Amino acid sequence: MSLIVNNLQASIEETSILKGLNLEVPKGEIHAIMGPNGSGKSTLSKVIAGHDDYEVTGGSVTLDGVDLLDMEVDERSRAGLFLAFQYPAEVPGVSNANFIRAALQARLPKGEEIDAVAYYKSLYEKMDILEMDRQFTARSVNEGFSGGEKKRNEILQMMMLDPTFCILDETDSGLDIDALKIVSKGVNSMRSPDRGFLVITHYQRLLDYIEPDVVHVMADGQIVKSGGKELALELEESGYEFLKEEPAHA
Amino acid sequence: MSAYELNESAVLDDETKDAIDIDRSVGDFSFPENHKYDAGYGLSKDTVDYISGVKKEKDWIREFRHKALEVFESKPMPTNWATDDLNNIDFDKIRYYLSDGQAPKRSWDDVPPEVLETFERLGVPQQERAFLAGVEAQYDSEAAYSNMMPELEKKGVIFVNSTEGLREHEEIFRPWFGKVIPTGDNKFSALNSAVFSGGSFIYIPKGVKLEQPLQAYFRINSENFGQFERTLIIADEGAEITYMEGCTAPKFETATLHSAVVELVAMKGAKIQYITVQNWSSNVFNLVTKRGVAHEDAEVRWIDCNIGSRLTMKYPGVVMKGDKARGEVISIALASDGQEQDTGAKMIHAANNTTSNVVSKSISVGKGRSTYRGQVHIPKHLKGCKNNTECDALLINSQSRTDTYPAITVRGNQHATQHEASVSQVSEEMLFYMQQRGISEGEAMSLAVNGFINDLAREFPMEYSVELKRLIELEMEGSVG
Repeated sequence: MSLIVNNLQASIEETSILKGLNLEVPKGEIHAIMGPNGSGKSTLSKVIAGHDDYEVTGGSVTLDGVDLLDMEVDERSRAGLFLAFQYPAEVPGVSNANFIRAALQARLPKGEEIDAVAYYKSLYEKMDILEMDRQFTARSVNEGFSGGEKKRNEILQMMMLDPTFCILDETDSGLDIDALKIVSKGVNSMRSPDRGFLVITHYQRLLDYIEPDVVHVMADGQIVKSGGKELALELEESGYEFLKEEPAHA
Repeated sequence: MSAYELNESAVLDDETKDAIDIDRSVGDFSFPENHKYDAGYGLSKDTVDYISGVKKEKDWIREFRHKALEVFESKPMPTNWATDDLNNIDFDKIRYYLSDGQAPKRSWDDVPPEVLETFERLGVPQQERAFLAGVEAQYDSEAAYSNMMPELEKKGVIFVNSTEGLREHEEIFRPWFGKVIPTGDNKFSALNSAVFSGGSFIYIPKGVKLEQPLQAYFRINSENFGQFERTLIIADEGAEITYMEGCTAPKFETATLHSAVVELVAMKGAKIQYITVQNWSSNVFNLVTKRGVAHEDAEVRWIDCNIGSRLTMKYPGVVMKGDKARGEVISIALASDGQEQDTGAKMIHAANNTTSNVVSKSISVGKGRSTYRGQVHIPKHLKGCKNNTECDALLINSQSRTDTYPAITVRGNQHATQHEASVSQVSEEMLFYMQQRGISEGEAMSLAVNGFINDLAREFPMEYSVELKRLIELEMEGSVG
């Protein structure tokens, strides 16, 4: 699905973070957002997902023409939006298998039950792609997980829920090169003409494995520059110094 | 002594909080009263004589009741440490004995139709067929049904109500009756001792090990009523028993009182496991005294789950009287809006090499309040005693409250004690995470709560842990679709 963000403004505790952000990710494409710390990258992902802490003061976000901002967090998810968290929460005492199952169950009409055999078959297939141990299903969600395990778990959930639009928020942070490759393999296996991706990252490295169609640079709550994947390489070389010379225009 | 209170960021707004509720509907129904015996409203010596007369009791029991009434009247309400809500109990507006005058039936076919329907709706006969060795079903003041497997009777197992136990088996029960919990232990043990009726008197002979549990179900049907069952379980040397109790009542506008006394005696090498799933309606004051004595190498385990009631005050205890005796309390409490769960454990080490373990988990929802009170006592002259205490509290939102009062008295230096306490909240980040996966706020809350108690729920027999999870499911009321 295509995501269209139009003149989005959002603040937290009266402090304005997103200042009229425009972004369009057509379906089938992968867009990357890069930018210095504090530019509002993570805020953007949370505002699109509907986090309570942020107040949207203007603009719109639509997923294939459907207004997301009027929906509850869980409704947005069921409408096809998935956010792979930078810091996934722990849910003590709830096993991964039960958690993912509950999320799938929430997508079924009342009275319909998930077929347990088919569920585990599908779960194991995806775990194999991500090279995850079978014991993982019985462990509590993210509790005692290493950074790499948490990120793999995010991708596993993404694969199981089969969303139409995925946001990956700094999925590469805290990953060693092997884990990065595995996670990227999972993401790439989901590339499809019907699915859009927004990949938020600090480092060009991730984009070697998940190749973007478009790279955006974000600064001070806006997209200030967009280009092809070569833009990421330029940023890697020269940093964000150029931002100081070319102040953003609203 | 320490108190924890968490009053920081609000997790739920009021609207959402109002929308989540716990399923207590299962026990919320009642039938018209049909009583032959009714002690009337209020408590006096006449009330006690009326009860004793209906039961045709011996003089020593009548005297026991009279003395208890005096103790009850002389003791103040314990509001110096407990909640002032106790002052809202109006002892003059309660009926202390209601029964249809029938002896308990040994077949469900002989039970009055409305009583049978009650217990069928609560699933009692079904559970009996599925996995129980015997059942006693109490309806208001007396048991309506009581039966156990014939082979247990042949082995000498006694499973009767308190009246029959004291009348037919005085030589077995009298030596322990009121000895584990003396009348004057507290105001409500005295009240029970004055007006007790119903409950289970159980004797398991030497070496007899029950493979399936015995169960009692306590049902209140009538309004303005007090239920005062009395239970005494004696497991002779090397015997083993698991006993389970469940309880429900319809929700009335007026207060209902439930005040039980439960005494357990585990002789040398015996094991008693006592499991409670308390789901009283939210107008019930549930003030219960429970204690066990564990002799040499014996074990007493209390597994206690409190979901219902307006106010519960209950601190199951174990007195470890013999070398290597073991005591355990595993407790789950859930306090919703308007509820107070004041629970805990008492571990009295009275012999060398005794071991006790307390694991308590409480959940407070909305304005619900949960309190843990623990007492561990290890005197100076003993050696090699161990206690482990863990209490964890989960708060669902900013108005919830939990307090912990662990009192651990350890004298001497040849003991090992360990105490851990934690307070956690279902955090906004956890809810956001679960909701981002498409799970509604109510379901997310339910998952988080069930996750919190998951390890303790496993301690309950399978049939009960399923029930438990269902009860604790928090549902979004009136949500669309």
